[in-house]
Amino acid sequence: MRILVIEDDPILSDGLRVGLGLAGWTVDGVARFADARAALATAKFDAVVLDLMLPDGSGLDLLAQMRGTGDATPVILLTALDEIADRIRGLDAGADDYVGKPFDLDELGARIRAAVRRKDGRAEPVLRASGIILDPAGLSAVVEERDVPLSRREFAVLSALMERPGIIRSRMELEDRLYGWQEEIESNAVEVHIHNLRTKIGRTRIETVRGLGYRLRIGAP
Amino acid sequence: MTSLRRRLFILLLAATGALWLCAVIWIYAGSRSELEHVLDTRLQEAARMVHSLVASGNVSAAVSSAPFQEAGYERQLSCQIWSFDGRLLARSSGGPEGNLAQENEGFADRDISGETWRVYTIIDAQKGVRVAVGDRIGLRNRLVRDLVLGLVAPALIIIPLLGALIWFGLGQGLFPLNRVAGEIARRHGDDMRPIDDAIAPSEVRPLLRALNDLFGKVEAARRHERDITAFAAHELRTPLAGLKTQAQVALAANDDQIRISALRQIVVSVDRATRLTRQLLALAKLDAMPFPGQLEAIDVGLVLQDAINDCKRPPGLKLNVDPKLKGLFVQGDRECLYLVLRNLHENAVEHSATEGKISWSSLPDGAGMMIEDEGSGIPEDEIPLVTQRFYRGRGTTSSGTGLGLSIASVAANRLGMQLVLTNRKGRTGLSCIITKAI
Repeated sequence: MRILVIEDDPILSDGLRVGLGLAGWTVDGVARFADARAALATAKFDAVVLDLMLPDGSGLDLLAQMRGTGDATPVILLTALDEIADRIRGLDAGADDYVGKPFDLDELGARIRAAVRRKDGRAEPVLRASGIILDPAGLSAVVEERDVPLSRREFAVLSALMERPGIIRSRMELEDRLYGWQEEIESNAVEVHIHNLRTKIGRTRIETVRGLGYRLRIGAP
Repeated sequence: MTSLRRRLFILLLAATGALWLCAVIWIYAGSRSELEHVLDTRLQEAARMVHSLVASGNVSAAVSSAPFQEAGYERQLSCQIWSFDGRLLARSSGGPEGNLAQENEGFADRDISGETWRVYTIIDAQKGVRVAVGDRIGLRNRLVRDLVLGLVAPALIIIPLLGALIWFGLGQGLFPLNRVAGEIARRHGDDMRPIDDAIAPSEVRPLLRALNDLFGKVEAARRHERDITAFAAHELRTPLAGLKTQAQVALAANDDQIRISALRQIVVSVDRATRLTRQLLALAKLDAMPFPGQLEAIDVGLVLQDAINDCKRPPGLKLNVDPKLKGLFVQGDRECLYLVLRNLHENAVEHSATEGKISWSSLPDGAGMMIEDEGSGIPEDEIPLVTQRFYRGRGTTSSGTGLGLSIASVAANRLGMQLVLTNRKGRTGLSCIITKAI
């Protein structure tokens, strides 16, 4: 899953990028309002972590613009103001959740997962499809009651496929989910991860649709 | 406070009542003198008439006139004819028993058996008679009283009616005021939108305008307060959030490289928090400092040297210090001067590119000093705001605390000096002049 962190403090921004990265997300960070708008316009994110006070504008304005253009990406607000009136203002402006600084990194991760889940219309914290149970919080998969350890990238690919079982995901789409802007995309990376996943969860579960991409086969083998 | 309506009502009613009372008194006095004049003339005429009868010798006719019913204002006049030797020759019926006539011709008031009479006497020396015609003063008074009562009676009915009309009229007249009052009363405590003065009568508009001005000021003050709180919270909590996040990253990372990087960030973060703490303490100290504080002559050059030594600066950043600053003296507290110079220098370093130049110079005639940097400057509209505590402008650097210029400004004020910030002409960069406050 790909997340955009909009935060102007370099240390916090770096911490979020690395910390949320460790939790399995692909994180892009921007520091300014204008960059954030450009990022939102050019890429698709699963969630946005937004600081309310940016040097060149208000996070609430950005949020209003996003919601105004029909962008329903879950937004978690980060702010130093955590009075109730501020929370209400933030949530009413279209935010999905609200975290006051300083916050717990794990809690922020859980809140992002919850926001994404709500947006996808799922109540269950785990993804289930074709005999696989994928737990985003633990970065682990259970295939036919057998724990399968997954790398961060493998997890990202599998969760992308499991979110929409039976729907084809193109290679580009999967790469988008795997790599932030700063990361260099290795050629054949997606193929390599798919290959590794197949050896871990079973050869037939991921189907290759020639020229289009990959999809999760519906109904376990 | 009393109600405007009640006040106006009482005033109007009192004025109307007083006016009415004055009219009554005036009419009373006026009609009384007029009446007296008319009645006196009548007395005189009647006396002449009787006298002319007496002169023609027909006196007995007057004596034998029959008595008749006394009613209302009738039987006002009484007539007596006396001979010079004191005999009553004739009198009208119902007349008094006592002698009305007097020694001299003309008008007189006489008391006869407890009643006051107005009498006109004619003396006819030829015939040897005195003709006296009189009427009762009491009757005259009754006439005037009845006249005045006739005036007062309708007033007693009209005044309550008038009062009701005034009360109702005032209600109508004050309605726009009540509407405005209602509009203000219905507002929420934090609703500072201006009141629409189109609905108000022109007399109330200046009041509304003043109120709107006040609303504006209160709102601006409140927004300012809120901004300061928000900025302060942001500046204080963001570094803590960064610290905590990096610490959690260091704890969670298995990779040594990630852990070491996180720990390095923690160190940087602690340095920043230290600086913030130092600045907050400096600000608190400045706020608590007695005014005017210690007065001593301080060498600017020496203090500047300390300030420069205490600030780290990238090796590529050139520094040019005017040697004339050494020997320039400022009266005041050494600590204050240090805070001014250090914070301005720090600010310049922060906003300079790694390859810029910072120059400190003295103003001609020892009027003060100036620092110039080659950074991006400050947007013109933000210049008046940047000395506010925690102000975050568009050009804010990530490491700035929003306190540096604020501290420098407060400390300069303590020295009786002021900061003049301007963007440099012809090139980018900020110039700050520290000079005697006007």
